[in-house]
Amino acid sequence: MALKFPIFLDAQSTTPCDPRVVEAMLPYFTERFGHPASRNHPFGWEAEAACDAARAQIAKLVRARDPKELVFTSGGTESINLALKGVAEMYREKGNHIVTTVIEQRAGLDTCKRLERQGFQVTTVPVQPNGLVDVDDIKKALTDKTILISVMFANNEIGTIQEIAAIGKLAKEKGIIFHTDATQAVGKIPVDVEALGIDLLSCTAHLMYGPKGVGALYVRRKGPRVRLTALIDGGGHERGMRSGTLPVPLCVGFGKAAEISAEVMPEESARLAKLRDKLQDMILSNVEEAYLNGDPERRLPQNLNISFAYVEGESVLMGLNKETALSSGSACTSATLEPSYVIAALGASAELAHSSIRFSLHRFNIEEEVDFVGRRTIEVVKRLREMSPLYELAKEGVDIKSIQWKAE
Amino acid sequence: MAYSEKVVDHYNNPRNVGSFSKETAHVGTGLVGAPECGDVMKLQIKVNPGTGLIEDAKFKTFGCGSAIASSSLATEWLKGKTIEDAAKIKNTDIVNELKLPPVKIHCSVLAEDAIKAALADYRTKHGARAEAAVK
Repeated sequence: MALKFPIFLDAQSTTPCDPRVVEAMLPYFTERFGHPASRNHPFGWEAEAACDAARAQIAKLVRARDPKELVFTSGGTESINLALKGVAEMYREKGNHIVTTVIEQRAGLDTCKRLERQGFQVTTVPVQPNGLVDVDDIKKALTDKTILISVMFANNEIGTIQEIAAIGKLAKEKGIIFHTDATQAVGKIPVDVEALGIDLLSCTAHLMYGPKGVGALYVRRKGPRVRLTALIDGGGHERGMRSGTLPVPLCVGFGKAAEISAEVMPEESARLAKLRDKLQDMILSNVEEAYLNGDPERRLPQNLNISFAYVEGESVLMGLNKETALSSGSACTSATLEPSYVIAALGASAELAHSSIRFSLHRFNIEEEVDFVGRRTIEVVKRLREMSPLYELAKEGVDIKSIQWKAE
Repeated sequence: MAYSEKVVDHYNNPRNVGSFSKETAHVGTGLVGAPECGDVMKLQIKVNPGTGLIEDAKFKTFGCGSAIASSSLATEWLKGKTIEDAAKIKNTDIVNELKLPPVKIHCSVLAEDAIKAALADYRTKHGARAEAAVK
């Protein structure tokens, strides 16, 4: 069949809305436009019922006991901010120490930095070369002042899935609140807040074929009851944790997306993992010195992250971007020239951290697209290597690390 | 961020990619940047000892599209110039020609460094002899 270009293989940045999601949302823009907090007329009742139904759909997906445990937010970033700042503020009397990891998203890392400036102490534990946090490292970092452990469920760059159950168990034993940034995991792999001992969980609709602009924070109500200080003051919506008029159409879309994900997950994840494995085999068997980043087993089914020695990530994307949307861990577009901090955290050389490419698949990708992207990637990397002085040096047998580079 | 047409053109059709063989005489080589910074450029000039003009130039670059374009453009500009005129190429000339955005200015700086390094290497190796030949 004829391929439609450009091909989207950047589904860990965002996903397209499922048409069924859009269909569910539409009436809530027009005839069912009520404010869910309007308690005295049918418009309000209808809107409230729609949001509650959506809450129940999301609760079911993450196995929350009670839909009330889900607080709607504007997205993953706000959920993470609310979890971290909300706990820090609420439990300040109890302690001032937070434990997190080096590979969290910027929303997590930067929120922790702000809390540090406000007098909190943050321990950032490292990851192992496969991207997994050693649960013992978290255990060792805990003090009697620790009030929060925050570890992402699955990484946005390398897809590595952390040992959430073990961390949840540890948190329970120590009586510490456990937050997980599950923006990449929810809707993709099974998530069970009860079985995994999660107290707070951040998720977002747009990474699971729902609309942009809505997310949720799961806040445990029982065993323990977690309390948060709100970031936004106002009408006291969302049990006082997040004031503001709910975006009803977005909430409805989020709910529908959750329902669909729960339904198709087993089949979809198997299909995408198969396509991902095909792409991985194709690239690794045709390109020498291409390295898989992250744990080969414990990772999201739709994620593939590869570093290509001797070529820079952005230049690879430039060779592909007419036909394919991908993402590079390399943040060469920023003025600071920082390589991917996630890849660097794996202990890879800085050069390889500049060379990582993330392929992330979605519900609507087909095999022919994956074949095409694989072929083109191989061509582009080979062409760039012919232009690379590092590749030339390596071919001559020169150890690149032995050269005295004049770093700027 | 969209790339300028000229950057895309140099990326897709880089001029003068390659290396002179080690045996080639009258060659000056500059190798600048660092792998950990995400940019390394190797730029070579080949000077005609009779005329004192740069008769050929080659490059290889590890870096983003703008880095590749900056070095490709530099080799084009170097050809036919004297050593003195080559030394007058400024990074701002490259920025203007390729319409590089502020975050990519370092690519042009690196290209200027590569030119300077190649010229210096040539002078060190061949300077005395080349000058004698011109006289």
